[in-house]
Amino acid sequence: MTMQFNDETFRGDYTYRNSPEAIRRFPFPFDQDSYMYSVNIEQHPGGPQGSPFEHMFDVDEHYVAEMRDREITLAEDPLRCQSLPHMELAGWDLLELIMVSKARDYPDLFSLTRDGNDWHWVNKPMGIDKRFTFLDAATLPYGPMEYITRQTQGDFALLHERDGNLWMDAGMVTSQADWSLDFDVGMNFFEWHAPVPKARQMGVFDKALKFLLAVGQGQHYRRLNWTMTVNPRLDTSPENYHKWGPEKRTITPENVGHKQFLRVELQTFFRLPRSNALAFPIRCYLASLDDLVTQPKWGRRLHRVLRDIDPDLADYKGFAVNREVIVNYLSQYDDGEPTSPGIFPED
Amino acid sequence: MPNTVFSPSIESRPTYAGLAPRPGAPAIMVADEAGAAAVTHLATVDATAMAKAHVVLVGAPAETSDALAALSPAAVQTVPDLDTATPIVEQLLSQARMGTQLFLAGSEGLMGHISAIALASGMALEDIQMEHRGSIARRMQCVHCKGITDGVTTDPFTCSHCGLTLFVRDHFSRRLGAFQGVCVDAETPGDIPATEEIRP
Amino acid sequence: MTKLALKVAAVEQLTPLVKRFRFEDPTGAPLPVFSGGAHITVEMPNGDTIRRNSYSLISDPYDPSGYEIAVRREDTGRGGSSHMHSAVAEGDTITVSVPANLFQLDLRARKHVLIGGGIGITPFLSQLRQLDREQKPYELHYAARSRAEAAGIALLPEAAHIHVHISDEGNRMDLGAILDGQPLGTHVYTCGPEGLIAAVADQAARLGWPKSAVHSEAFTAPPPGAPFEVTIASSGQIVPVKADQSLLEALEAAGVEIDYSCRGGACGRCETAVTACDGQIEHNDHWLSADERAAQKKIMPCMSRFKGTRLELDL
Repeated sequence: MTMQFNDETFRGDYTYRNSPEAIRRFPFPFDQDSYMYSVNIEQHPGGPQGSPFEHMFDVDEHYVAEMRDREITLAEDPLRCQSLPHMELAGWDLLELIMVSKARDYPDLFSLTRDGNDWHWVNKPMGIDKRFTFLDAATLPYGPMEYITRQTQGDFALLHERDGNLWMDAGMVTSQADWSLDFDVGMNFFEWHAPVPKARQMGVFDKALKFLLAVGQGQHYRRLNWTMTVNPRLDTSPENYHKWGPEKRTITPENVGHKQFLRVELQTFFRLPRSNALAFPIRCYLASLDDLVTQPKWGRRLHRVLRDIDPDLADYKGFAVNREVIVNYLSQYDDGEPTSPGIFPED
Repeated sequence: MPNTVFSPSIESRPTYAGLAPRPGAPAIMVADEAGAAAVTHLATVDATAMAKAHVVLVGAPAETSDALAALSPAAVQTVPDLDTATPIVEQLLSQARMGTQLFLAGSEGLMGHISAIALASGMALEDIQMEHRGSIARRMQCVHCKGITDGVTTDPFTCSHCGLTLFVRDHFSRRLGAFQGVCVDAETPGDIPATEEIRP
Repeated sequence: MTKLALKVAAVEQLTPLVKRFRFEDPTGAPLPVFSGGAHITVEMPNGDTIRRNSYSLISDPYDPSGYEIAVRREDTGRGGSSHMHSAVAEGDTITVSVPANLFQLDLRARKHVLIGGGIGITPFLSQLRQLDREQKPYELHYAARSRAEAAGIALLPEAAHIHVHISDEGNRMDLGAILDGQPLGTHVYTCGPEGLIAAVADQAARLGWPKSAVHSEAFTAPPPGAPFEVTIASSGQIVPVKADQSLLEALEAAGVEIDYSCRGGACGRCETAVTACDGQIEHNDHWLSADERAAQKKIMPCMSRFKGTRLELDL
């Protein structure tokens, strides 16, 4: 195996670290010096070699540790993975999409051999070698969606299309930005987005829904979303808010650089063939402020974005209480020079 | 006392349009004591409303059920609480045919709980008519322990299962038939805002 | 729109008016599988225009070895179906879109009732294979005027829950009897002539069915009509639309960039804003609301036409 996987934690002693290569390929979400909601959708995959946009499902140095963290979360709260009965077929579609993509994009890590519905899946990083019958759930230890998403970084929502809307009828959600799958499963697009401030009035969601409904087979898209998290914690769920909430108040000018993380979601959209459902993977990337300011362009830009952001958005994105400390810290890295367009580092 | 008017809120917060006549339709009606008045009103507006209606009265006194029986529904059953009503409603739904209407009247807890059962059994949302009457107490899910606390009238309130102090959100799950309660002092344990009565 | 260049593997005359076509990858590679009720758009080059018609897939949705469609020859149409009948032969290469679905099954349903009229049987052929695979209860009703015209008879399997109604034999479909008394959670799907779709919708409404349980797909090709012209707002270019050409086809022939998917007025993809309109838009789509039609601020170029002096499009 060419890729080295980190031995690290996302809770407790928080040993999560980004290598210099991981920092350089971090999906920095701001393409200009200010931020407001936008639909900002691009085709996926596609991007510079080595970037997280290169493959359908990015596998990086955090893979094995993230899957271990998911296992812990699921053991404590199995309701983080739910699938309403009509969504099993979409789960098989997703399993196929991920297995085929990973075996093609990372042949040294994964392999898939198919003879009709007799499938043989090998996941070397996780030490899995499994023969099963496609479309026969009895041949897997979990339902198809749970089986494959226990082996794939990122959260997953499977959206059922009906009545001109999308319904979140299945999902695997253990690294969410503060929303509860157990509560939101079964909701339509507008309902599960209801707590987001301002966006509905701006018509963003109407446009986004219209776009998503038109996504066809073979056309895949992505967008980036972001929030802020104290400590490199994947499980910032409302379920455990009373456990991780106090950590949000531990930010000081001395520790903000290594304790405050920018949390970026690489959201992708795929139309699934047999179920006609939409798969909505939400991949989480974490980088500390210290990581980010190693790239001068990002240091300057992040300072300007967070300094000028609408207070309601700062609140929704969960960093209003730490905003001043964050902005003061980042101001050291902003010399007022102009920044180049686009999200990638400058050199 | 008419259908309660609630303040405008977010998209996931249910609204209750009131019971409107569907002449001749087979119906399942579930109401509490306050909601019974909405059923009576429906019967005065539409003389055919009760002929094919199976009424389940939850926690209502004898005089209320007598008054509804006087409207000559196909059947009227009185049960002490929602837990007892659940299997009865499930059985009625399993035997129901397309075209059946569900009329719910009373508290948000009753409407949320029964409509969740109906949706799970394949009834369409547009076939569920609801009218809010009586207490504005809410049925709350604790997002932390998943326990349901019914009859919540204050914000914040104490989860009857795990004991955390929860604030009352307008975010509502039709699948659970409940609003979401989230720990109010998660970031600053012990720093709990003053308790207020919930307003419509 | 993702496209596939396929080989015509088989052509079979099912009835005097209906042919079945089978397309396969020329190298034998597997094709994308699909969901019951999906369609593909078939390209038919015709002089300076590429005509594109959408046809329901009738083959097994989980079988990647090929796609099958059934095409009824419409002699009064613009020539798409007659092109398929007269000009497409085994061994030809044909360009089709990947499958898309505007008529999917609601797999939550406790029971599915499928009602097809005439060539409208086609989307149900893939749906019933999917329902069988997923072991979902269903009944299918197929109505045709005469046995000779009924392509569906050759395409449908024999099964207790598949019912054929031939009106010439006095066996007309009784929608009331079909819909009355279905269990709660049933969904009904109709495909066929507008009259059949309206009759099912009326009957369902009379029986108190919720609209969300009533699905339909009117598979219509763009109607021909009088020639007209449109102006492209961004360039001032004037695009003539011929009698047997759709507005979308004319825009494509003129090199105007425009998105599309179903080409049947159902998906909304080609919706275009109207920046000036002196005349009457003939809305033939199923996408715009009655208010939107009346306002004449939007047009669906795949289906709709225009009568008047000036129509300017925001393109």
